[in-house]
Amino acid sequence: MLAYFLKRLLMAVPVLFGLTVIVFLIMAMIPGDPATAILGAYATPENVERINRQLGLDRSLPEQYFIWLGNLLQGDFGRSYSLNRPVIDEVLERFNATLILAGASLVLCTVFGLVAGIVSAVRQFSWTDRIVTFFVLVGISMPSFWLGLILILVFAVNLRWLPPSGMYAIYGGGGPLDLLLHLALPAITLAVVATGVIARLTRAAMLEVLRQDYIRTARAKGLSERRVIYRHAFKAALVGVIPVIGIQAGFVLGGAVYIETVFQWPGIGRMLVQAISTRDLLLVQGGVLVVAASYVLFNLLADMVQHMLDPRLKT
Amino acid sequence: MSTATDTAKPVEPMRKSGRPSFFALLVANRLAAFGLGLLVVIALAALLTPFLPLQPPDITNPANRLLRPLTEGHLLGTDQLGRDLLSRLMWGARVSIAVGLSATLVAAVVGSAIGLVAGYAGGRTDNFMMRGIDMLMAFPYILLALAIVAVLGPGLMNALYAIAVVNIPFFARNIRGVTLSLAHREFVDAARLSGKGHLRILLSEVLPNVLPVIVITMSTTVGWMILETAGLSFLGLGAQPPQADLGSMLGEGRKLLFTAPHVSIVPGLMIFALVMSINLVGDGIRDVLDPRLKSGALSRPAAATAVKREGVPAMPDAPAKAALDVRDLRTEFRVGGDVYKAVGGVSFQLRERECLGLVGESGSGKSVTAMSLLGLVPTPPGRIAGGRVLYQGRDLLEASEADLRKLRGGAFAYVFQDPLSTLHPLFTVGDQVTEAIRAHQPLSYREAWKRAVALLKMVRIPNAAERAGSYPHELSGGMRQRVSIAMALANDAEILIADEPTTALDVTVQAQILKLMDALQDDKGAALLFITHDFGVVSEICDRVAVMYAGRIVETGPTDEVLNAPAHPYTRKLIDCVPVLGEPERRLDAISGLPPAVNRLPEGCAFAERCPYAEAACREGEIALESLAPERAVRCIKPLKPEQSEAAQ
Repeated sequence: MLAYFLKRLLMAVPVLFGLTVIVFLIMAMIPGDPATAILGAYATPENVERINRQLGLDRSLPEQYFIWLGNLLQGDFGRSYSLNRPVIDEVLERFNATLILAGASLVLCTVFGLVAGIVSAVRQFSWTDRIVTFFVLVGISMPSFWLGLILILVFAVNLRWLPPSGMYAIYGGGGPLDLLLHLALPAITLAVVATGVIARLTRAAMLEVLRQDYIRTARAKGLSERRVIYRHAFKAALVGVIPVIGIQAGFVLGGAVYIETVFQWPGIGRMLVQAISTRDLLLVQGGVLVVAASYVLFNLLADMVQHMLDPRLKT
Repeated sequence: MSTATDTAKPVEPMRKSGRPSFFALLVANRLAAFGLGLLVVIALAALLTPFLPLQPPDITNPANRLLRPLTEGHLLGTDQLGRDLLSRLMWGARVSIAVGLSATLVAAVVGSAIGLVAGYAGGRTDNFMMRGIDMLMAFPYILLALAIVAVLGPGLMNALYAIAVVNIPFFARNIRGVTLSLAHREFVDAARLSGKGHLRILLSEVLPNVLPVIVITMSTTVGWMILETAGLSFLGLGAQPPQADLGSMLGEGRKLLFTAPHVSIVPGLMIFALVMSINLVGDGIRDVLDPRLKSGALSRPAAATAVKREGVPAMPDAPAKAALDVRDLRTEFRVGGDVYKAVGGVSFQLRERECLGLVGESGSGKSVTAMSLLGLVPTPPGRIAGGRVLYQGRDLLEASEADLRKLRGGAFAYVFQDPLSTLHPLFTVGDQVTEAIRAHQPLSYREAWKRAVALLKMVRIPNAAERAGSYPHELSGGMRQRVSIAMALANDAEILIADEPTTALDVTVQAQILKLMDALQDDKGAALLFITHDFGVVSEICDRVAVMYAGRIVETGPTDEVLNAPAHPYTRKLIDCVPVLGEPERRLDAISGLPPAVNRLPEGCAFAERCPYAEAACREGEIALESLAPERAVRCIKPLKPEQSEAAQ
């Protein structure tokens, strides 16, 4: 098992390497003079020269890449000109907030997606099934940024149950309860689409599994229907759904861009949008790299969980 | 993946002209039809916008700012600059749809080209291209688009490119998969041999065959692309003022959320309606073009078979002296409008301690008979339509689910055919036997596990204690079947039902398993109902035999008598199918023809079509199971005489 984990971890290295290549190539696509693009049109000549040296623009593209990669590996992601601080510091600080939001959303969408999927498969064609199916359809068709606005209107403006934005209350905030109250609306909004996708797949996987011969065997043993469904069928279905949960992590991390903007959550998504509008490309590059790397690692985790559940994959 | 389309039960489309048309099928799906209707309305409105009597979308009028919906002259109100919202909505929808469709087209063309080339070329080219695609997919979806927009700068065209790029992998992967399976098919090879160039082969031979996949992928991604371009505009990275699409309208309206919520709610609703209608149509198209993916085709089998008996034979006054007394059992499958009478009135008695063989070809209804006894036939589509199953004076077809559960694995135990698919792949075999024990005995897990190991020893699994921790895929076929038998013996069943337990095994293992079952049955004193298609197996283990054909018993009797002097021509043929060691000159007859479809059974004898002795009278009326001798009966109007059977041998 451990050997497999280590092997799998090693296999992630080329993927991470590929990520840096793609990000590097995208950054190399900048039309016009990179230094001006990074520093803006009114940069002083000294700064332009410094950036050119920093980026090694006098060298060949592969050389530039390896110098850049070497810097990354030493934790040097460059300096954000708009914030005037090292990119890595800002990115890690923001990433913390995003992890809280995305983590809460992933828990929500996994729990509700699995439950909804199972219930609607077990009660196929019932009213429960229809209602779940309807909400799934609505959920995956709804723009999440719009849903966020509506939730703010209803729960923050009209009902005044929850705060409309931010991560902590400005005055007297800061405790875990305060965080939880601020987290509720954005986490739910962010989870809606992924919940729908997971529910759909869980339902299909359960229906598929419930027709298998080993389920008939479980019934022929005289097991209760509850045990047949929640132990035998669910475990088999879960094995197929876990990779999908891994993929949903990508949609949740990406969707955080909208949700953080709508709810003014101080995460990496909002930072990226601000960085793009101020053309702070080093900040964009650092943010994209960190989030993409975390997504790769999350998929790795999903893969490992799947391997722990399914003994057939061990060979 | 879709479940969206199956809540509405599909209405059967008209089938007058053979296959229903694509469109007929699509419209027959109510949700897809609703989506299509909505989509057509939105598309028409978008197309006709320039000709409608709308106010100009970009003319500001500060005097009329932030009017509420349903105001005179402004149906949906106005925005912060006094612009008419209805007009802006229509013009914005045009932009959003155009951008979404263009992005889909770009992604489809580029992605399909990559997929076609990679799948067709194979080898290194394929490997290199697909690794690149994998890299793109390693990014969280929208993040890559953000990086691209960051570099190209905000703007509607740049947003379009960014969204197209991040969707290329979906097309490349799907199309590559199909191309790969086509690349070495005969018609492609033929084209290559005829000297056509690669490009021509790709375009004229391969592309037409992958087109449905491209269409499916387009229909399932276009909704996403509209949503995501709107998202980029919402963030201020797409459409720039004064140009507006639905997303940027929403983004601007957001600043007025507390004072004038309608400014942001209205464009959001439009995006929602648009994307939902596209998703509905997309699901519908996918279900029609690729019915395998339609999850609605699968239905969940219930815990026990539905029982809706039309004919119930009277309860016998005195219970028969048999372990199990089956009377006129009827089981049907209802699929669409057809009724398949898999079991059409089967009666037999299983005596205590005996082994009764139930023999017949596949599709003769023998397995369904066995499954029906304890309600294990999947419903839907199966249902028990008549008869009684009497056990200890009770009719099992009237038993509640809870009672059935007590009997299943308790007094009745099943051994199924293919032990790889009938054992759960994710639990250890020891755990599965333990579970069977604990379902009927109040033992702790540890105690039950010990008993499970003892059972595994009893079925002669070497190193049972160690093997108990193995998963089914780690055992050989014979070992797996031993596990199934151990599971069946877990609670000292009175009645064992073995459904072709040796069919999936190779011949030497078959013999071992048969011996084991025979020994254990003697040892435990259980009655055994043994289902098989193989008279060779019957001769080794069964005391009596019942031969089934097209859902009915056609002959019964003691094994020796039936083997030596079969009375039904079908039995004769089945016996002739068994090879005998040392008699290579014996003719091995496959039975010519096929068994009749059980949804259209002919009148008279169901075997008449394949019977060498059939005459006109065989195809008339109901032919009864007539007694031949004290222990024997046959359903034939001119049963073979002993000399005839001898002669045939």
